[in-house]
Amino acid sequence: MRWRAALFALLFMLPLGAAALEPEERLEDPALEARARALSAGLRCVVCQNQSIDESNAEMAADMRLVVRERLKAGDSDEDVRRYLVDRYGDYVLLRPPVGPHTIALWAAPAVLILAGGLVLAFALTRRRAAVAKAAPLSEEERQRLGRALSGSRPPGPPPDRPAPD
Amino acid sequence: MRYLLFLIPLVVFGALAGWLAVPLIRGSDPSQLPSALVDQPAPETDLPGLAGRPDGGGAEPLTDAVFEGEVTLLNFFASWCVPCLAEHPVLTALAEDRGLAINAIAYKDAPADTVAWLTRHGDPFARIGVDEGGLTGIDWGLTGVPETFVIDAEGHVRYRHIGPLTIADVEETLLPLIEELSQ
Repeated sequence: MRWRAALFALLFMLPLGAAALEPEERLEDPALEARARALSAGLRCVVCQNQSIDESNAEMAADMRLVVRERLKAGDSDEDVRRYLVDRYGDYVLLRPPVGPHTIALWAAPAVLILAGGLVLAFALTRRRAAVAKAAPLSEEERQRLGRALSGSRPPGPPPDRPAPD
Repeated sequence: MRYLLFLIPLVVFGALAGWLAVPLIRGSDPSQLPSALVDQPAPETDLPGLAGRPDGGGAEPLTDAVFEGEVTLLNFFASWCVPCLAEHPVLTALAEDRGLAINAIAYKDAPADTVAWLTRHGDPFARIGVDEGGLTGIDWGLTGVPETFVIDAEGHVRYRHIGPLTIADVEETLLPLIEELSQ
């Protein structure tokens, strides 16, 4: 019984379908409507900027959803619809920017950063290994000090001061 | 020489800070989107004209043919839009003092409300198209009202201004551009 209550409670934590679509906006043809939803999810709302038009409640987003559906009904392909909006709003309207001369820095950045990080890491590791391998052998004096320390004898001279026990 | 390596993070930080500071200092606004329409022919526009305008003008439709022949402005406005009211005196001065043809599109506005607003605040516009559904707005890549486009004599969009026009915008940007385009 308990797990059922827990499951029920968990239900309230699920993010609800974030679509801002009004019922009357839907197309009657389920296949077309599915295409419209998929397209809308990839189109930026130009008013709220970090939401797709599928998620946004802005009036402008509703108009854009309507335009997407009207173009689909008129027989446009997904690509045609995207191009229609890009011609008017620029690449900015696509949430997934196309790879091109002006976006190559954006797309290449993750690979470049991983590569640079890898190079730095490889460099640091090689240097550390080389430093360990190249550690100089002990000198004669060091060997003697080590021997004395290990055998418990002290170097000549007065014993070091110690704090008196309280 | 090895110690110079320690300067690399500092140099990288300096470069990044400089790059990020430029838009801050220039005061550019990230909500001002670049327009895909600049230097393109004006989008196909065919809107019914606004009937019952205070100057008694006829309700000629607003089509893209209107944009050809001289440099014109196209202003998107609405009676419900407060910044439109703020820029209205600027547009009025441009039309009356400079004799510029300013066409307008009433965006998502009931025609009766538009007429009442123009009656109250003056009507400096040449033609006014009625875009109640807002779909012509999308054709123009509109992100809100007001927006103003400068269209050259061949009907190509040459400039887009987002937000209310100020006297400074007109003097520093619009008038020099119109001057240049009119030659």
